[in-house]
Order: sequence, then C-alpha cells, then structure tokens
Amino acid sequence: MSRKTLIPIGPYHPLQEEPELFKLYCDGEIVTDIKWETGYNHRGIEKLSESKSYDQVFFLVERICGICSTSHPFAFANAVEEITGVEITDRTKYIRSIIGELERIHSHLLWVGLAGHFLGYNTVFMWAWKYREPVLDLFEMITGNRNSYAMFKVGGVRRDIENSKIPAIRKEMALLRKKIDLLTGAVMDDPVIHARTKGVGILTRQDILDYGAVGPTARASGVDIDVRRDDPYAAYPLVNWKVITAQAGDVFAKAEVRLLEMYESASIIEQCVDVLEKLKEGDVALKINEIPEGIGTGRAEAPRGEVFHFVVSDGSNSPARHKIRAPSYTNIATFKKSCIGQTIADATISLAAVDPCYCCTERMAAAYDNSSGKKILNANELIALSMKRTSELRKSGAGHE
Amino acid sequence: MDTEAAINKLTGKFSSDTVKVVLQKARRSIVTIRPSTILAIAEYLYKSEGYRFIIASALHTRRGFEIYYHFSFDADGSVLSLHVILDKEKPHIESLSNMFSASNWIEREMHELFGIDFLNHPNQEKLLSEGNWADDVYPYRKEFK
Repeated sequence: MSRKTLIPIGPYHPLQEEPELFKLYCDGEIVTDIKWETGYNHRGIEKLSESKSYDQVFFLVERICGICSTSHPFAFANAVEEITGVEITDRTKYIRSIIGELERIHSHLLWVGLAGHFLGYNTVFMWAWKYREPVLDLFEMITGNRNSYAMFKVGGVRRDIENSKIPAIRKEMALLRKKIDLLTGAVMDDPVIHARTKGVGILTRQDILDYGAVGPTARASGVDIDVRRDDPYAAYPLVNWKVITAQAGDVFAKAEVRLLEMYESASIIEQCVDVLEKLKEGDVALKINEIPEGIGTGRAEAPRGEVFHFVVSDGSNSPARHKIRAPSYTNIATFKKSCIGQTIADATISLAAVDPCYCCTERMAAAYDNSSGKKILNANELIALSMKRTSELRKSGAGHE
Repeated sequence: MDTEAAINKLTGKFSSDTVKVVLQKARRSIVTIRPSTILAIAEYLYKSEGYRFIIASALHTRRGFEIYYHFSFDADGSVLSLHVILDKEKPHIESLSNMFSASNWIEREMHELFGIDFLNHPNQEKLLSEGNWADDVYPYRKEFK
C-alpha cells in the first residue's frame, strides 16, 4: 500500500485571498483525494436579512462579496421587483447593465492577474491589475465608490449617470479594448501559459451538469448557459452581444472565455451609453410604497456565474425568508473533479480556475461552547474583546513604519 | 417549450394529488408536491427534461418546515420550484445527492442550519461549522435567538 501524504492549503495561505482550508491527499506528486473545510467566512447573512428592511437589505447583500458587489443587489432587485410587478424605467435598465458589465470587466481582469500570479507569471499579474485600475476610477466617477457602489434600490438606481460623464466612459472603453488586445495576445500566445494551463483541471460537460456549475466555468466546458440571455433582465435583451463558449473545459479554456467576455462587456457598455444619451436625464427611480405578499425569484449573471435570490414576502417591510445562492457555491464543489489526478503544482491553478469566491460561498461570527451549546460570548463581550485587541496592536506599533 | 406547456406536461405525468400548481407566470412556476414523490419528480426533471438544479431554499414556518427545490430550464430561462412541506417535529426527506452532486452541499447546509434530515445522503456532515458549533442547535429556526 502506498503512503499518502496530506498537504494542507489554508485556511490562511499566501495563495488565497480569503480563508478556506483545502486538504490535498497526495500519492507522490499526484493528488488522489481532496477535502475542504469551509465556514471561516460564514456571516449568517440570510438570517440577518430577515431583520432588515428591503432598503437596508441592498446594503447587506452588497457586502456578501467585495468583487462582484453589484451582482447580489442586482439579483435581489430582480426578485423584489418580480413580487411588486413593477416595470423599471428604460434609463434604469441601461444604467444597471452598465454597472453590471463594468463589474464583469474589473472582476475578470482581477482573475487574469491572480491566475498569472498563481502560475508564477507576475508580469501578467502586474499588467492586468494596472489595467483594472482605470475601470475602478470609472466606478468612482459614476457611483462615488471604487467598490460596493450602493447603486441599486427597489424600482430604480440611487444615482443617475449624467450625460456629461458619458464621454469619459466611451474614452475608457476604447482604451480598454487596446489593453485587452495586448493582454489577450500575451496570454493566448504564450508557450509557458499553454504548457501550464492546457489539459489541466479539465471539467467535462457531464461534470458541469452533475455539479450544476455556472458562469465561465460552465461555458468553458461547452455548456452554453448565461442568465443575461436565457432569462433576460435589465437592458441585456435590448443590446447586441453574444455568449462566449469554449469546448476544452481546461484552465486555458476558462481564461479564454473570460478574456473574450471582456470585449462583449465593453461592447454592451458602449451600446448602453449610446442609448442613455438619448433618454431623459434623472428618470431613474419609481416610487414603491410597499412590497406586497408574494414569492420572487431573481437571477443575475455575475462575473462568476448565475446569482440566485429567492425572496418570500409576507407583506411586512422585511423579507420573511431570503435565500441566496452565489455562483461559487456550485463552482467550488467541482474541485473534486478538476484536481484529482493532477500534480500538486497544477492543483493550485485548477482551484483558482473557477475564480472561487469564499465570501460568497459562506455567508457568522458566534462563539458557542461545543459541549453545552451555551453562548460563551455575547455581542458586547465580543466588542470589548475587539477593542482590547486593537489597543494592544496600537501599543505594539502595528501598522506604523 | 413555454412555462405553461412544461407545467401541463408535468401535471399530465403525475397525478393531481401528487402535484399542485400554486404559481404560474411567465418563466416562473411553483408546484407543491408530496414529499414522498421528490425522487421520482426530480429524476424526471433532471434526466428526462434536462433541467438544471440551482439550489434549494428551506423555510421554517407555522406549517412546519418547507423546502423549495429550484430547477432551471435554460433553454427558455424558466425557473420551476418544487415545494414540499415536511413534518414539524422530525423533518426528513429523501436526499437528491445520489442523483446529482449539485444538491450535496445545500442538503448538508439545510441539515446543519434547520435540522432537516436527508435520508440516504452520501455524507451528511456539517458543512460550515465543523468542530465549533453545538449539535442540535439550529440557528435558522424561528425559535433561535
């Protein structure tokens, strides 16, 4: 019998931007089994949502994920608007789509950079993150924030995109195309990236259907699904664009899908701002007085795939039940298929290939005694603990040069 | 296939005491089914009709425990939710995870947060709070403070 070695990645590891523990069981260099521990980020958001008003829930769900911070409010707005039955204004539709697509571009650029970093190719990392910065500047100009834009509300958006800001968006999209050209050329033609990503971490079509994987992970394996086209919302049915797919199912195919999707996003944004110019400024919100009793199902295509929100309203001003399914919830589970049989060195990029977002997957901090089930700390004690720890850090000089 | 045709096909295949349509509108439908028929209906949707399992939402209400199993038909973008009402005292239902892996995590999560038992689940361990949460304390139940 061969001896198996356990290699832990995480919960805190330089390769991961968020905490999650992967246990790789290896036979020599080859990964033979994988197990993981999740829950480090579980914040009980679904339960918390039941204690917030509909207006507040937008700010809550926006904090599920820092990268795709608009996709959750997007799906929640779709769900609540389905309950109320309102038809949002055209200008709102276009603004929502612009925000959604800008987010896709910055999220995909972030992924390309991280993927380069995981491969040890830090030039790609530096480039991609440099190109991402002007997109965040655009967000700051439009919404006032680089991330967590607080743009959505029931029946509209909180801020208009004034026509005076449109030339800056157009100019940046034109520049961005050139930058993606450069980046795509560098990634697609590079023999080192080919060697590290082709045939690595393959997910077959059947694996995708079995795990219910979504987004670029599914599309790179030839599963042609995209909520923007299949279950149209906002301005997506009103503009021309196409769903990008690839067949190979490996890491390279996932990179290809994401890179090409950025062109489509840029094109959607350009078409949206063209129409926006012709529509009346300021017509971006409907007055919604109450949310009737009912059930709403909202979907939105986040950069990582379909976000699903299920809202049960009992007629009060907060949801009776709010179920959230982020795309990484199904995508991360595919590791069981993509990593086994790979070498340890390839396992990391296979893990990264689905663009895992752990914050999204777990949505708590409570301290309970394992044997008695009693609370060890109450909220005030947790705050006192936090303040004590902060003052200790200050005394020790942490955070100062 | 539009939503109406899909619902007619489903109600034609299973008897009316098994399947009750509670909501039907463009691209959205909810049908209440008897819990004992979940395997047969899920198998029909997933294997014969090509539906994709999205997620399941559990609720704790006055009626007991309820689960909505959400399925997506991507060819026309519709979402079909199978609704079951489970026992108040000992909620349990057959697991779908032997049919598709997509339901594996969510069933473990529902078991952990609501205390619903999934029969024949391949691995009904805790998903989120392994080792740091008491057994038999279910934070998403209504009585939890």
